[in-house]
Amino acid sequence: MMAALQRQPGQPNPFSDGSASGWRIIDASTLAEDMTLEADVVIVGTGAGGGTAAEILTQAGLTVAMIEEGALVTSTDFHMREADAYPQLYQESAARKSKDKAINILQGRCVGGSTTVNWTSSFRTPPATLEHWAREYGLTGFSATDLAPWFERMERRLSIAPWAVAPNENNAALSRGARALGISAATISRNVKSCWNLGYCGMGCPTNAKQSMLVTTIPAALARGATLVTRARAWQLEHSSGRIRSLVCVGLDSRGTDPTPRRIHVRAKTFIAAGGSIGTPALLLRSKLPDPHGVVGKRTFLHPTVLSGARMPERVDGFSGAPQSIYSDHFLDSVPFDGPIGYKLEAPPIHPVLSATTLPGFGQIHAAWMRELPYMQVVIALMRDGFHRSSPGGKVELRSDGTPVLDYPLNDYFWDGARRALATMAEIQFAAGARSVIPARPAATSYSSWREAREAISTLKLGPQTAVVVSAHVMGGCAIGPDPRRAAVDASGQYREMDNLYVFDGSVFPTSIGANPQLSVYAIVAKLATSLAQKLGRA
Amino acid sequence: MTRRTLLRASVAGGALLLLARALRAPVAAAASPEAGEPGLDSDARAVLAAVIPVVLEGALPTEPGAAQARDEALAGVARVIAGLPPSARRELDQLFALLAFAPTRAIVAGVWSPWPEASRESIAAFLICWRDSRFALLRSGYDALRQIILGAWYGNERAWTAIGYAGPPALSLE
Repeated sequence: MMAALQRQPGQPNPFSDGSASGWRIIDASTLAEDMTLEADVVIVGTGAGGGTAAEILTQAGLTVAMIEEGALVTSTDFHMREADAYPQLYQESAARKSKDKAINILQGRCVGGSTTVNWTSSFRTPPATLEHWAREYGLTGFSATDLAPWFERMERRLSIAPWAVAPNENNAALSRGARALGISAATISRNVKSCWNLGYCGMGCPTNAKQSMLVTTIPAALARGATLVTRARAWQLEHSSGRIRSLVCVGLDSRGTDPTPRRIHVRAKTFIAAGGSIGTPALLLRSKLPDPHGVVGKRTFLHPTVLSGARMPERVDGFSGAPQSIYSDHFLDSVPFDGPIGYKLEAPPIHPVLSATTLPGFGQIHAAWMRELPYMQVVIALMRDGFHRSSPGGKVELRSDGTPVLDYPLNDYFWDGARRALATMAEIQFAAGARSVIPARPAATSYSSWREAREAISTLKLGPQTAVVVSAHVMGGCAIGPDPRRAAVDASGQYREMDNLYVFDGSVFPTSIGANPQLSVYAIVAKLATSLAQKLGRA
Repeated sequence: MTRRTLLRASVAGGALLLLARALRAPVAAAASPEAGEPGLDSDARAVLAAVIPVVLEGALPTEPGAAQARDEALAGVARVIAGLPPSARRELDQLFALLAFAPTRAIVAGVWSPWPEASRESIAAFLICWRDSRFALLRSGYDALRQIILGAWYGNERAWTAIGYAGPPALSLE
């Protein structure tokens, strides 16, 4: 089957001939001297928010400059190797940590942002989440009905559709185990076109099947004359009298780790922050923008995630095939927001480096686990944070060198959910045929029956660094809403204290989403950017 | 443990790190830069050369090729560290300085012999002690060492045969 798939043609790499046709792309690591740019609109970040905004604003005839901290890396250079992909494509080499180092945060840092490296799962914002925003935060204009045309538009644009191919065994086991227990499970929609079902989405799609910003909106914006500056860290917005005057960016070296002396000054009429829920608040904090209610960078959410590994009797080969195709919302739909934390169940890709850093122990014990890799099945539980008063999320802070760190303390409300989720996942894995199950902890032991696992998990020691907690979703930190005491941006996405600064990324979410957030960012930003384009067009 | 004792522990741990760094700095600065892996100073090399064979016991190939595999593992760790942002590299520098400086190596890690002579058992005991420590700082130190070593090794295709991973599929794009 694989051989047959491999004979398909890949989708074209838009950058292969695009650059030759005169696209304006500047790699700031190669600059010999400082430079100045001018545009109608400057967009900081090229992920789900920045990419979507760039296409819409260039379509409206505006000149756009896109600033990206990471490098431009395209399918020609995606070799499906973790050792290359993590330093090249991820924030902090895929080892970004929360302040107390209890949470490992996977976040893209490259042209296309996290959309270049995500696992393609696409969900509309759950209606319950949107209702919560309306009820608790007074947000109007963002109901499921209001957003439906924007979801449709972005689903069309990015070829988002339910995955029609059979799930790989790692996902099939989740489905099988859940159904055996009467827990609903369903198929995930993915943003892919002629996907080869390889399983390496997290290392950049080598066939351009994934309809990330890298192959869709950004090339479209470049083709309409936008300028892209890579390896440039947006450092400070210079402002006076309630307006942003310019953006100062710091050049990064060719590895993308260290600042260079080069500065890029960007003058524009309008500024858009789309650096994600850690990068955007960091830029606003560094710029010392007025923030009378101290809300910037607060209530940042992660869907903190716990993992459960299972040893299956047959090979699973969780490194192969679409990484995420099955999910269960049973433990979201069955719990109220004002009760214990709910969680979404999914399966992750199982590649050597991610597995090695997650599996317990060291030496012979760890090596023995690694030899089981092809038989390993993994389920993850993503906690829906931000909906309960005991789930206030984290706070973006600046280190002494000005780079951001997220302080996200994990409290008992979270650990209660983690414990329930570890039990749920173990039960599902045994129901799917697991020989043994291992809740991911640094000092983990495995259990050979559901009975034994249930007993042990009920008293398991869980806490920072005594359980593995990861996140692949950064959200919030610059909420949208009508109440200035709680929301830094108004319903148009405009930063309240500045006339010409907008926040167009997942930072605007008042809570987490309760689902993989990319489609929520696409749709909400499409709506906000379209309004902005109309406003700027008239001006 | 209460939040307060935790706080005290991390303040104390932080102070120890700074102390080790301050005491160690003149020595490290005096050492001439060695050729070899990028981004590893002599502190880091001494600690890693001893810790890598323990963390990767059962994963590194035995003879023949054992020495070469250890070298590759060390070079891999150097590449991983070089790919980290300055803030993370500074923290690792502090960790290696703490572990390389004899008094703190003995007191905080419980390893009484210099790293090249330290026994496998004493290194394993140090790792387990930090993993199970009530101090978050030591637990995160354990996690950092483990992650850079395991991450570097399993990113190397030499590690893949032993774990039944054939590597990424070969593509022939039309």
